[in-house]
Amino acid sequence: MPSYHRPASLDDALNVLAETGAQVAAGCTDLFPATEARALPGQILDITGIADLRAIERNEDGMRIGAGVRWRDMLRGDLPRALDMLVEAAREVGSTQIQAAGTLVGNICNASPAADGMPCLLALDAEVEIASLDGSRHMPLSDFVTGPRRIALRPGELVTGFWLPAAALAGRSRFRKLGARRYLVISIAMVAVRIVEKAGKVSRAALSVGACGPVATRLAAQEAALVGCPVGQMARAVRNDLILPALAPLDDIRADAAYRGTAAAELVRQALADLEHAG
Amino acid sequence: MNRPLETLSLSVNGNQVSLPADPARRLSEVLRDGLGLRGTKVGCDAGDCGACTVLLDGVPVCACLTPLAQAAGRNVETIEGQRDTPLQRAFLRHGAAQCGICTPGMVMTATAFLREVQAPTRAEAEEALGGVLCRCTGYTKILDAVLDTATHDTPPNPAAGRAVGAPVPRLDGGPKVAGTEIFGADNVREDTLLVRAVRAPHAPAAFTFGDISGWARSTEVMVFTAGDIDGSNRFGVIPAFADQPALAERHARFAGEAVALIAGEPAVVETLDFSGFPIVWSDLPSEAPVHEAHPDNVLIRGLVRRGNPEEALLRAAHVAEGDIETPYVEHAYIEPEAGIAWMEDETLVIQACTQAPVMDRDDTAQILGLPPERVRLIPSATGGGFGSKLDVSLQPLIGLVALKTGRPARMVYTRSESMRSTTKRHPARMTAQIGIDAAGQITGMHFEGDFNTGAYASWGPTVAGRVPVHASGPYHITAYHAEARANYSHKPISGAFRGFGVPQAAILQETLFDDLAEKVGMDRLAFRHLNALRDGQTTVCGQTLHGVGISACLEALHDPWGEALARAEARNAQAGAVRYGVGVASCWYGCGNTAIPNPSTIRVGLTGDGRLCLHQGAVDIGQGSNTVIPQICADALGLPLSHFTILGADTAITPDCGKTSGSRQTYVTGSAALRAGQALRARILQMTNMGEAAELCLQEAVLIVREGEARRHIDLSALPEDDRCYVLSAEESYDPPTRALDENGQGAPYAVYGYGAQIAELSVDIRLGTVRVERITAAHDVGRIINPDLATGQVQGGIAQGLGMALMEDYVPGRTDNLHDYLIPTTGDMPRIDTILLEVPDPEGPMGAKGLGEHVLIPTAPAILNAIRHATGARITRLPALPHRVLAAIREAGA
Repeated sequence: MPSYHRPASLDDALNVLAETGAQVAAGCTDLFPATEARALPGQILDITGIADLRAIERNEDGMRIGAGVRWRDMLRGDLPRALDMLVEAAREVGSTQIQAAGTLVGNICNASPAADGMPCLLALDAEVEIASLDGSRHMPLSDFVTGPRRIALRPGELVTGFWLPAAALAGRSRFRKLGARRYLVISIAMVAVRIVEKAGKVSRAALSVGACGPVATRLAAQEAALVGCPVGQMARAVRNDLILPALAPLDDIRADAAYRGTAAAELVRQALADLEHAG
Repeated sequence: MNRPLETLSLSVNGNQVSLPADPARRLSEVLRDGLGLRGTKVGCDAGDCGACTVLLDGVPVCACLTPLAQAAGRNVETIEGQRDTPLQRAFLRHGAAQCGICTPGMVMTATAFLREVQAPTRAEAEEALGGVLCRCTGYTKILDAVLDTATHDTPPNPAAGRAVGAPVPRLDGGPKVAGTEIFGADNVREDTLLVRAVRAPHAPAAFTFGDISGWARSTEVMVFTAGDIDGSNRFGVIPAFADQPALAERHARFAGEAVALIAGEPAVVETLDFSGFPIVWSDLPSEAPVHEAHPDNVLIRGLVRRGNPEEALLRAAHVAEGDIETPYVEHAYIEPEAGIAWMEDETLVIQACTQAPVMDRDDTAQILGLPPERVRLIPSATGGGFGSKLDVSLQPLIGLVALKTGRPARMVYTRSESMRSTTKRHPARMTAQIGIDAAGQITGMHFEGDFNTGAYASWGPTVAGRVPVHASGPYHITAYHAEARANYSHKPISGAFRGFGVPQAAILQETLFDDLAEKVGMDRLAFRHLNALRDGQTTVCGQTLHGVGISACLEALHDPWGEALARAEARNAQAGAVRYGVGVASCWYGCGNTAIPNPSTIRVGLTGDGRLCLHQGAVDIGQGSNTVIPQICADALGLPLSHFTILGADTAITPDCGKTSGSRQTYVTGSAALRAGQALRARILQMTNMGEAAELCLQEAVLIVREGEARRHIDLSALPEDDRCYVLSAEESYDPPTRALDENGQGAPYAVYGYGAQIAELSVDIRLGTVRVERITAAHDVGRIINPDLATGQVQGGIAQGLGMALMEDYVPGRTDNLHDYLIPTTGDMPRIDTILLEVPDPEGPMGAKGLGEHVLIPTAPAILNAIRHATGARITRLPALPHRVLAAIREAGA
């Protein structure tokens, strides 16, 4: 008989998962829309009762965002400027109602090609923290999401959070989302950019694009081309031929593929231009 | 399999409650059905509309996305906990609730916001409310209310004779802001069966049933099919074109068509898996005609022809020609169809959301094989209609179950079910040529349009009829040929949607007008003014019109136009990637049916104990007839509006006021209300031998009539009751005087027209093709302003729908059956709206009044497209103007 489990500890959660293979639930902002039923179907493991997972913690090695951290929590924290893009994304996810329920980890585990969190977390070199009764492991976010609605999670495993290494917490960042309306919108394209500067020049660039392929992606060629560029000239250094090969956009009801590529490059340009001025 | 129930406790509006429930159940369901708190509305079950917003420990969340377990031990606040707060009073005062279905969610979201932010800016309020969709208001008055909770002045009740023109807050607004209004899903009776429909997964497809009774036994439900229908399984809003079965008989013509009903105990039916339902589907050739009687799939052609347009176009100094393609547009009211049916003795009573209770009654009776008097329709509050709730949806379905079982039967469509199975705006492919002489005067116009009417006729004939009549716009054109075809397809049914095809046609005509103005080197507003239909001129139907208000509208826009152009020019002077543009477009629209009778009847009476009752059968779907009709009647009678008790709508107690459609209620039912009020007044004056100028005063059961020094009393309690159970009463009907159209569409299709014109100001990011509408200035001639607040509410809401149609709305069957893939404007998409209401009295309308409800949507989309072109040169020929289309058009224009 299907049960609803809402344990208070991670150990209990892992036991439930091992025994039942239950669907993991947190904000439920993707689970409920996937069914017309009055109640979530099947075995449910609700992890929102686990206090340990709700924290954002930082030490000299980096920052941990627990699996219970909701988008709304990002609006409250005293976070480094490298995370500005994640805060901006938090304001763009659905609506205030969605932000109050949905979690960052859930956003990634749902593995939508248009997940708002993906570009930001990719540009923060996020690692996924995974726990099971057999122990825990880390893997790069870029390896974790393997395709639309596909993640590299094995039976009995639970994502407990993200780890952002200290090096990725440096610099300044921006998020840009393009949709056909202002709120409650699924992206046509979105970008996250993070720039680390040294003596007025870009020492490191982390750029990523979402909704322009099966999985969000980093823009390695464009990143490399930005290194050494004067910060005041970043936008001019953006070249479509460095960006478009990294993308695999599709035609759909929201836009055609060609537009998506052009728009993504333009959003990168605008986000960087904004960082030029923001100083 | 059902999950075991647990006993969970939570605080709801400060009260501790414990109840046995499934911890995985949506909080919205627990509140509504578990605790009976039905003020929380469900619009989508997906977090897309925000109607179900409640506060969880003070924070707004979608109750539909919250499993009960996560609310356990916490504090939930719902609309029922908000009792006449300053915010609710502001909602009422500002007219922020139209249909009222989004109001609880809006109020709860705004309540949390105002606790956090004491003196918010409009931008902050927009962001806070961005997650709650409203389809009626365009958000303007909602934001006005949220920003104005400090003032407390409610407008005084208008005195006798002063109701018309007064900004009376809607008379039915109290329950809407309190959340106590009963919508289609809000009435649940004891022992009610839950009904769900089995629907066609694709089409065209034939089907055969297997062992239904065996499946029904094993699943403990009842199944009903077309074979259970005792009457005529054919309905349609226009009887001559009735072609739609309530339940398909052998094959489905569109995906989503109902083929069977499952009814049973709610707990069983709601969790029932339909995948085992014994039905076998087989594909049918999609190229076959949709209906055998129409081998070419043409349902009907409409034609209006006058003069010799071919020759006029040949001789024209300039000709503009173009094509426009528009998609299916979904009404996207926040309330999916819902209702309940039950038996009262021999009468089948149906309470459901609707725009047309008498049509519902007659159609349902015919389908079920009952005489109409055995069916009673009580319209619930209707959470948005916009045309789609003119057609019956679930009325005959729940009626069938209640009739067959004797038990109450209830049905609530899911969002996807609503979007798949109910009507849409007709997709259109149109082409036109318009010619002018060297001075810019229009000499001729040719228009052709194909309108995809989907699998069944619905309002296709009306669209085919209205479009040729209106495709000229409110302009004087003497040589004209306009033809519109409504064509069947195996696609969703196209029906009525605010404007019946006229908004589509106006997009083509008004964008071509910008071409013509450019060709002749005239200012675009001046070009329209030059060609505007003037009083005493004849229309393309050969009808001579009076009270024509389009010139007044265009003249009212003269100064705003100049200012808008100057603003755009100043901002464009700075080179940049954001370009500014201004566009203008006009509208006209005939009120009521097209040359077909559509009478309304209003009854007003005084009881022996001094109650003044108005039987008001014009369904108020948010547009305001529950307020406007009493306002007209009050002044016709000469008693204060506050004395009225409004009864209905209810087919058992209100005479037929027709359907809420065609912008007809203020005009047609208003005319009946005027006459009924006047008739009752005449009777009173006759009884007291007083003159026209006499003043009436009702003091309990005594009616006092005064004129100068003279003063007479009527003791109502001493009078005998008439056959309407009143001591004094009147009932009057009004039907618009129209003249049938001949084979060339010549005649008098409408007795009253309304007019308007709008200016759109916007910016376009030419790197991304994104459009931001910044301001709309709307001038509308309403003939006589009955209620300025309700009128501006209509204007703002129509503009929101026009903006959505222009920029984002695209219903793709099977792909956008939800409110996250089908986009409608949010708070953040709406511009500032400046409304100018004009009064050019109509000789026929009540007190000079004209219709407004549909007019307001028509100019918005073409004004926006014209502004995009002004800003960038881009011509959009396929709607909506999504960023990728705008960017492509910008590049094409630059090439």
